[in-house]
Amino acid sequence: MAALRHQGIALVGVVERNTYLVKRYGMWEVAFFLWTIANTLTIVFIADGVKASGGHLNVERQTTILLIGAVLWAYLGIVFEILTETVAWERWEGTIEYTFMAPLARSVHLGGMGLFAVLYGVLRTAALFAVVALFFGLSFPHADFGAALLLLAVASVSFVGIGMVTAVLPLISPEKGAQLGFIAQGFLLVVSGVYYPVSVLPEWMQWLSTVSPATYALEGIRAAVLDGAGVSDVWDDLWPLLLLGVVSIPLGLAVFRAGERYAKRHGKLKRSG
Amino acid sequence: MSFAVEVSQLTKTFKRAAALDAVSFTIGRGECVAVLGQNGSGKSTLVRLLSTLLLPDGGSARVFGHDVVRDERAVKRLVNRVSVEASFFKKMSARENLAYAARFYGLTPRTTRAQIPEILGRVGFPVERSDAPMEDLSRGMQQKVALARALLTSPTLLLLDEPTTGLDPRSRREVQDFIREVRATHDTTTLLCTHDMREAETLADRVGILDRGRLLALEPPEALRRRYGAGDLEDAFMAATGHAYADEIVEAA
Repeated sequence: MAALRHQGIALVGVVERNTYLVKRYGMWEVAFFLWTIANTLTIVFIADGVKASGGHLNVERQTTILLIGAVLWAYLGIVFEILTETVAWERWEGTIEYTFMAPLARSVHLGGMGLFAVLYGVLRTAALFAVVALFFGLSFPHADFGAALLLLAVASVSFVGIGMVTAVLPLISPEKGAQLGFIAQGFLLVVSGVYYPVSVLPEWMQWLSTVSPATYALEGIRAAVLDGAGVSDVWDDLWPLLLLGVVSIPLGLAVFRAGERYAKRHGKLKRSG
Repeated sequence: MSFAVEVSQLTKTFKRAAALDAVSFTIGRGECVAVLGQNGSGKSTLVRLLSTLLLPDGGSARVFGHDVVRDERAVKRLVNRVSVEASFFKKMSARENLAYAARFYGLTPRTTRAQIPEILGRVGFPVERSDAPMEDLSRGMQQKVALARALLTSPTLLLLDEPTTGLDPRSRREVQDFIREVRATHDTTTLLCTHDMREAETLADRVGILDRGRLLALEPPEALRRRYGAGDLEDAFMAATGHAYADEIVEAA
């Protein structure tokens, strides 16, 4: 019981530290948020562009499809970035050895990072969604935002599991490992129908889409927001997400632990000196 | 007798170079042992192995009976460390950095709210600056916060890896005085790695000489001086490491 309480306090500590950092880097957070808005607009304007060049499409529906894709892209970017910082930022600051020598279960450490990443990611992307929707004057008369949020929450378990795998990369390659998080994000979304239906992909990519949690998240969230699909309607997207979540967290922890053992064997934890 | 630290044939190699070569020694509970050695002699490797940050290639190390590999979590609860670099989240304040470190050892916000100002005061840190970002503090002040971070968790084994290197004379003396105070008031065993002979002589019960990964001697300062026929610890160190280099040349020939 005491050990459980100790780990609970440690988990709060991880979330608390990330909150301090967001506060201390407040202006940078604002700058990145503005960049994300600009980036999302470049994607979402495509629907208007297609119509302007003579294409026939329901602009509002297509704009919403693109917006959901762009928002999920931004969300994954935040989750992977924060999880990758588990090692990368601490290595840069030189604090990593103090964190890794503390009596903190690695599952709690990574779980705390994942929890903060999800909470912060949801807030940031909800704001992004609202700003861009207002910009385009989008309305969602049938949307079931509760179902959409549930899908995102369940998908986030898998995203955090995959993020744990990317988090270990800076331990193996201190110089380039952090960038590999972006590669994972890109691969995950390209096979998941981020701005297009999965059916347009080559067959082998369609097969890969079946094991990507982003596929089910995108499909389910679009159904909930565009067509008002409720929780029971998106069950076909929900259960694969639950299954992938159950697999990805233990997998992520196992890979991270293997990476940590490698770093301790080869002296890769320390930054210098 | 139960030992605070038991190291037996401990070996660590990086890219075929032995950082530690079959090192064996013990430290008694409450004892302060200083280890002298040149850069690259293996001092930091020893500290990292004892604090579970490295895995040994051979031999064993136990902290209060717990193996550093098999009982990693138990060792982590007992150990804390101050290194030559005062590493912190530089944008965060001393208070925030200390709170972050303390949570990992199970200290609640209520506890740290009271303890942080108290311990900062004890290490001679101006408490009114505890909300300033670490990057705005001098090197000496940062090292005091590093000491506070280690002591906040009440370690029973304190690993000090060149804690005064790079500090000005006043800050160095303040840190050394605080180490003395900790020894006098806490049930803490201390392993101090340093280049500073005077620091080793005045703070430690026994002094070891580590050279190219090999522990050449570990004795009280007076015995070490006698063994090498030296007037002071620096001469003893030079004599010890000089013999070692000569031996290597003979062996190579």
